[in-house]
Amino acid sequence: MAESNVSRKNEFLSKWNDERVERILGTLLQTGVIISGSVVLIGGVLYAVRYGRVPVNYQSFDPERASLRSLKEVGWGALHGDGRAIIQCGLLLLIATPVSRVLFSMIAFALEGDRLYVAMTMIVFVILLYSLFGGAG
Amino acid sequence: MAGLLGALTGLGGGVVIVPLLVVAFHVNVHYAIGASLISVIATSSGAAAAYVREGFSNIRIGMFLEIATTLGALLGAYVATRLPTGIIAIVFGSVLIISAVLSPLVRHSRKSNRRADALAVGLKLNSLYPTPDGPEEYQVHQVPAGFGMMFGAGTLSGLLGIGSGAFKVLAMDQVMGIPFKVSTTTSNFMIGVTAAASAGIYLRRGFIAPGLAMPVVLGVLSGSMIGTRILVRAKTRWLRAMFVLVIAALGVEMIYGGIVGSF
Repeated sequence: MAESNVSRKNEFLSKWNDERVERILGTLLQTGVIISGSVVLIGGVLYAVRYGRVPVNYQSFDPERASLRSLKEVGWGALHGDGRAIIQCGLLLLIATPVSRVLFSMIAFALEGDRLYVAMTMIVFVILLYSLFGGAG
Repeated sequence: MAGLLGALTGLGGGVVIVPLLVVAFHVNVHYAIGASLISVIATSSGAAAAYVREGFSNIRIGMFLEIATTLGALLGAYVATRLPTGIIAIVFGSVLIISAVLSPLVRHSRKSNRRADALAVGLKLNSLYPTPDGPEEYQVHQVPAGFGMMFGAGTLSGLLGIGSGAFKVLAMDQVMGIPFKVSTTTSNFMIGVTAAASAGIYLRRGFIAPGLAMPVVLGVLSGSMIGTRILVRAKTRWLRAMFVLVIAALGVEMIYGGIVGSF
């Protein structure tokens, strides 16, 4: 009875071997890129329709264009069909793609019972969250 | 084109995009770096799926070293968003020149018979990789030195908006003795996470301009999808030669711009 439990557990764990995890991670990343790329494209089309003929100068820093800095601003603008906000939404999804990869790795390492790597992945994840939401910008 | 080259060399394309935007399109250096970071994430994530299928990348090495690169990236981004653009341009040019000069000097590391680093064993970094003659074992050396170099690579990435794949590959291939193809693919895997760590700071400082990042990202994405397919088939030696050429050309360009003081 105990033996069959162990073998079933091993069988389950072997499904979570590194190669399989990496394969899933690869698919996750590609999906994230395709989704965010599409959102950027949609926003880009809307942006081009509305501002396409307005020349833009990126030579100097313009605080006016810096309004789309927080999640709240981006979400509000995107819901109101602002092309720039939709692009920014896509860019946020793009940044979230590697972050979600780290999160998924953490789950995978936990399922493998690899505590050392759960801890390491957790450190990376916290650093990423700090960058996105942390205090000093 | 930048996306294609970036995916090919594991550089992430940023090294090409920033000088291109700054020199050719007169874009503010901070905006250029912001757009480049975003494109670096796109290249890395877009290429990862194809790399992963080949079985070269080592997820444990990647995750362990990402602690160093993301911390470095935070530092780099924090410093860069507070530096005047002229200084960043000069640093950028110097980094390109240094890497162009150093690159031909480094030999392709041969398989060493040294015993594996005790740390590498403890961290389960040693692994297998596919070769034409079947899976081959490799061992990881000089873990602390490699970790330190990765912190530096992360700082450069956050400071200049590049993937700094060249430095990551250098640290893994030359210092840690990891096979070249494992180094490039693992580096590509790490680049996205590293860039995400600094992109957050650039975003919150307002240096990511949607109108500028949009065409860059879409261009790079279409390029990177093609680039990966070539890498998998390409010969390592050809890859290296191409990589050195690209770096050297860009270094000259940036130094020229720096002397003229056009940005």
